[in-house]
Amino acid sequence: MADGPDGTAAGPLRVAEGPAEAEGTAAGERAGGRAGVLAEGRPGPGARALWGVRAWGFTVAMWVRSTMVYRTSFLIMLVVGFVTTFLDFVAIMIMFSHVRALGGFALPEVAFLYGTSSVAFGLADLLLGQFERIGRRVRDGTMDVLLTRPVPVLAQVAADRFALRRLGRILQGALVLGWALWRLELDWTLWRALLTASMVLCGAVIFGCVFVVGGAFQFWAQDATEVQSAFTYGGTTLLQYPPTVFGKELVRGVTYVVPLAFVNWLPALRVLGRDDPLGLPGWVDFAAPAVALLCCALTGLAWRAGLRAYRSTGS
Amino acid sequence: MHLCRLYFAVAASGFRRYATYRVATAAGVFTNTVFGFILAYTFIALWHERPQLGGYDQAQALTFVWTGQALLATAALMGGGFQEEFHERVRTGDVAIDLYRPLDLQLWWLASDLGRAGFHLLGRGIAPLVAGALVFDLALPRSPLVWLLFLVSVLLGVVVSFAVRYLFALSGFWLLDSTGAIALSTLLSVFFSGMLMPLNVFPGGFGELARTLPWAAMLQVPADVLLGARQGAQVATGLGFQACWALVLLGAGRLLQAVATRKVVVQGG
Repeated sequence: MADGPDGTAAGPLRVAEGPAEAEGTAAGERAGGRAGVLAEGRPGPGARALWGVRAWGFTVAMWVRSTMVYRTSFLIMLVVGFVTTFLDFVAIMIMFSHVRALGGFALPEVAFLYGTSSVAFGLADLLLGQFERIGRRVRDGTMDVLLTRPVPVLAQVAADRFALRRLGRILQGALVLGWALWRLELDWTLWRALLTASMVLCGAVIFGCVFVVGGAFQFWAQDATEVQSAFTYGGTTLLQYPPTVFGKELVRGVTYVVPLAFVNWLPALRVLGRDDPLGLPGWVDFAAPAVALLCCALTGLAWRAGLRAYRSTGS
Repeated sequence: MHLCRLYFAVAASGFRRYATYRVATAAGVFTNTVFGFILAYTFIALWHERPQLGGYDQAQALTFVWTGQALLATAALMGGGFQEEFHERVRTGDVAIDLYRPLDLQLWWLASDLGRAGFHLLGRGIAPLVAGALVFDLALPRSPLVWLLFLVSVLLGVVVSFAVRYLFALSGFWLLDSTGAIALSTLLSVFFSGMLMPLNVFPGGFGELARTLPWAAMLQVPADVLLGARQGAQVATGLGFQACWALVLLGAGRLLQAVATRKVVVQGG
């Protein structure tokens, strides 16, 4: 595998001259073309993964630069993203202006759930949110372009039209989480801190898997992009409220079928010192990293199956 | 008469255009239903703690949730109407072609948006409401007259929603990139329509203000007509409130459109 730092450094500058959205695809194509020159030879699986990450980095850097050409537009979208998600929390605050507890949880506890769910989802949305666009690429046939480049398709889709403005959601979730941690006055032991950190990281991985599986699903159900929103946006909304609010069947569903309960519900109940409504054994609260790994493995299989099922348009 | 037929044809083609994507419609119904369930459970918890909050009993609160999901696409409460397409035509200069058609720009888009709303009410409105009614105890009216008044209220709500989105979309004539303006419009409509929380639960003076803004005409008034929070004369004042906002905002749209078309500069000319 050849390296080409000079080539990649010059690329984004040239690309940045075009209008961000309109010429975007053409710019992506050019960057991909150069990547092709870089990836000569037959690398092993490890080198291929590394190459995927690097190619992802080049493409993301290109999109960030092209976004920054329209700095005002970017700032407006960042603020709008921040405010849009903040209004979700305003709705929760309006609820708590009428009641002291919801499903037995006080406002700081709900804010803790809200913050961990939002930050985990925000990270996944920033890094892998572009998998929502696969349906469109399959419909208009531009998926073919990604397949002809010698860069892992997963890396290309993840970096495609990378939207830095999604930092707004992460920032908002982090602020709510910070406020919750300050108001909760928990006894901060090492395991509590580790568990909270792992909620955000493993949660992001689990949500990321939901995005990729959703993307793989779109190879078959091209127009049904919106089904994915039920699991991604619906999932993060669900996890912002305490599990005691919902019916047991729903809680079971997001524990055993789509393992969203491991993002924050189960570990958060342990951090907050609460009972689990399903009465699962205690070690389950610490199982999020294992669940996240398992999700990655299954997602990898689903993604490969989806990619293999792809039939180009026009024939 | 001839013009009337023409606008009707535009509306019909708007209806057909959205009716083409059946799988997408089914996907939308699925997602609306999932969100309906999530919101319904949180509302049950809230009304369990505070029965009669905002003057609703629990059945009425749940009816509000499912009406909201039914009207989400119809009144384009989270965006997704004509505005992105209109913005694109302004940005590329294609709007010049629209302007020399022997038709009114605003009425053209209104007709097309009403066609879209008509399809979304049938295709994406009925199924979530039925799903909600099957699982939860809803406060749906027995009288066909109330349903009829609800439909009138929905129509007025869609017109107000169109008028607001049209105003925001016209900003493209000055900003060229009105992505931010459209996002702002969506943000305001999600919050002030009552999508997240009914407006009669909003506290104090802020709540009173929210209930007089045009976004209240899009979901809060139709929902109140349906679930019986507005009865008799209150229905009339509700419909009057919607009609006033519709006239004022459509008028403002015409004025702004007149100014905008005078300054239109097509690229290269």
